[in-house]
Amino acid sequence: MFEDRYSLAFKLYPYERSVDQDADSPVRHPVVIMGGGPIGVATALDLGLQGIPVVVLDDHEGIGMGSRAICFAKRCLEVADRYGCGEPMLDKGVVWNVGKVFHKEGQVYEFNLLPEEGHKYPAFINLQQPYFEKFIVDRVREAQAKGAPIELRGKNRVDSITEFDDYVELEITTPDGGYKIQADWLIGADGASSPLRGMMGLDFEGRVFQDSFLIADIKMKGELEFPTERWFWFEPSHGSGASTLLHKQPDDTWRIDFQIGWDVDRKEEMKEENIRRRLDAFLGDVEYEMVWSSIYTFQCKRMDQFRHGRVMFAGDAAHQVSPFGARGANSGMQDVDNLGWKLGMVIRGDAPETLLDTYSEERVHGADENILNSTRATDFITPKSKASHIFRNAVLSLAGDHEFARPLVNSGRLSVPCTYDGLSLNGPDELVGGPNRTRVGSSCPDAPLGDGYLLSSLGNGFQILTIDTDAPDEVTEDRVTAKRVAVSAKDDPSGALSERYLGKASSAVYLIRPDQHVAARWDHFDEDAIRAAIRTACGKGA
Amino acid sequence: MSTVTTTPNITDPDGFYAKLIDMHDGLSDDDSAALNARLILVLANHIGDRSVLDEAMEIAQKTG
Ligand SMILES: Cc1cc2nc3c(=O)[nH]c(=O)nc-3n(C[C@H](O)[C@H](O)[C@H](O)COP(=O)(O)OP(=O)(O)OC[C@H]3O[C@@H](n4cnc5c(N)ncnc54)[C@H](O)[C@@H]3O)c2cc1C
Repeated sequence: MFEDRYSLAFKLYPYERSVDQDADSPVRHPVVIMGGGPIGVATALDLGLQGIPVVVLDDHEGIGMGSRAICFAKRCLEVADRYGCGEPMLDKGVVWNVGKVFHKEGQVYEFNLLPEEGHKYPAFINLQQPYFEKFIVDRVREAQAKGAPIELRGKNRVDSITEFDDYVELEITTPDGGYKIQADWLIGADGASSPLRGMMGLDFEGRVFQDSFLIADIKMKGELEFPTERWFWFEPSHGSGASTLLHKQPDDTWRIDFQIGWDVDRKEEMKEENIRRRLDAFLGDVEYEMVWSSIYTFQCKRMDQFRHGRVMFAGDAAHQVSPFGARGANSGMQDVDNLGWKLGMVIRGDAPETLLDTYSEERVHGADENILNSTRATDFITPKSKASHIFRNAVLSLAGDHEFARPLVNSGRLSVPCTYDGLSLNGPDELVGGPNRTRVGSSCPDAPLGDGYLLSSLGNGFQILTIDTDAPDEVTEDRVTAKRVAVSAKDDPSGALSERYLGKASSAVYLIRPDQHVAARWDHFDEDAIRAAIRTACGKGA
Repeated sequence: MSTVTTTPNITDPDGFYAKLIDMHDGLSDDDSAALNARLILVLANHIGDRSVLDEAMEIAQKTG
């Protein structure tokens, strides 16, 4: 028997018998990905676009129902843009700038995010996770049509694995029975409860805190115009737990998250009358239709290492954080961004296998930053001591009349990409007067460039970005080519390019990695220095 | 990096102290604690400089 554990929003990869199932001995694949959630499919897309054959095994036939992760941040959209699926997300998504903060009975203040200009993508969009995933799968289909060697196998459940020195063997169950395949590299993108972690007996450490959220997607009925705003309610007087969050989504759907504590009776809370009781108390006199609801329980955890020999973990399988700050799917996409080019280089023989250890090094650093941020938000939202509660309420009571207290209000800090400060792939930072935000290790901020944007001209390979200075068209160091992208501060009359990349300097040379992170920077081109930095950034030592 | 002023710096120390105490007249312990918290936040914002704030917190922590 092969039963679904959840119902589907989109059935996109129905079960089909694969030739591997009729092979006499297990067929070997360069890369197998276990799990076809957003992270697994995006990883397949990254590798497939590099021409690397990749097989995704998922135990369902498509994308699960329910909004789940709804807030997709700029960096995540930029990564999707690099893969060619950012624009449909932006078109479908809701952009909002006005937020309101409430405490107990009423509103404390209202804010406008006043986003920074000069970026192709906004700070974030609201989009139900199934759409986000569907746009990635659509892009996979498009890439496949052009020859990208990606296979998505639905109803292929991985039941066990055996590790060997240079490959992994997987036992798979399908509606037609079992079969085996082998993988040079296996990626575990099988979600928060990762069966793969269990099969390998690996720890999932943490439990900084744990909580549950009752999530409801609703459609408003009648004339009432509900605004496109984010409402965050601390200690709501409508008695719905520690916090309540209201968000607008596409399709005239609103999402409401009630934080209801860890020890709850899930069955009882999930009864429609109980969900409606909370919703009615929160929304007042409006009519609505319930679209989807769920209870989301989480703990703050991460694996000690994301690489274990021939197996790499990514997304929720590797780390889990609270939903405050929308760091779940967003940070998973940054895992993909980081892993894709490194694994590609290792498979092509352009970099040593140890480059993959830096995937773990960098993304563990990212996971820790996410856990730190969501822990701080949770401590503000759910104070753990009396003193903490007193200070939290003091901040909220001052925030209404006094602007100074507002930066202290923490209902989740929006996911921003982490900077790989001080980590092993970093080269020299020798741009005197260079801006802090583009220091070595940072992900490149976007900026206007002519009729388009800077980031659209970076990425996929190594690049030498020169600003108002000369350099050769390309440099090849030990099989790795870095191509020049030449720009001038004058290409952006708004001055953003200069402010973000030159600072007080009058010229700059940036070595940029395939994932658009800064590997090294100087004020002029020096061939020896570039060659050494390329080696360092590929894990070959200087 | 600035440092915390630990030499006498308050004009009219007696007057300031009396007002500090008077503020709490008739308040419950919880309301007093809340008032102190608000006052600390106002003062902290006025100072702004993290190194000064950190040092002030250390001084307070090490005393008493
Ligand atoms: C109810 C709910 C609410 C959420 N709310 C939020 C939110 O508000 N904000 C937020 O940021 N995040 C939220 N999340 C988390 C967000 O959905 C995840 O961060 C995101 O889906 C992670 O993607 P992933 O690809 O790593 O894992 P998943 O999306 O979990 O994908 C894992 C995939 O692996 C498959 N799989 C599992 N075992 C096997 C196996 N043995 N063989 C083959 N395939 C297997 C699964 O079927 C699934 O398709 C929520 C999650 C849930 C479940």
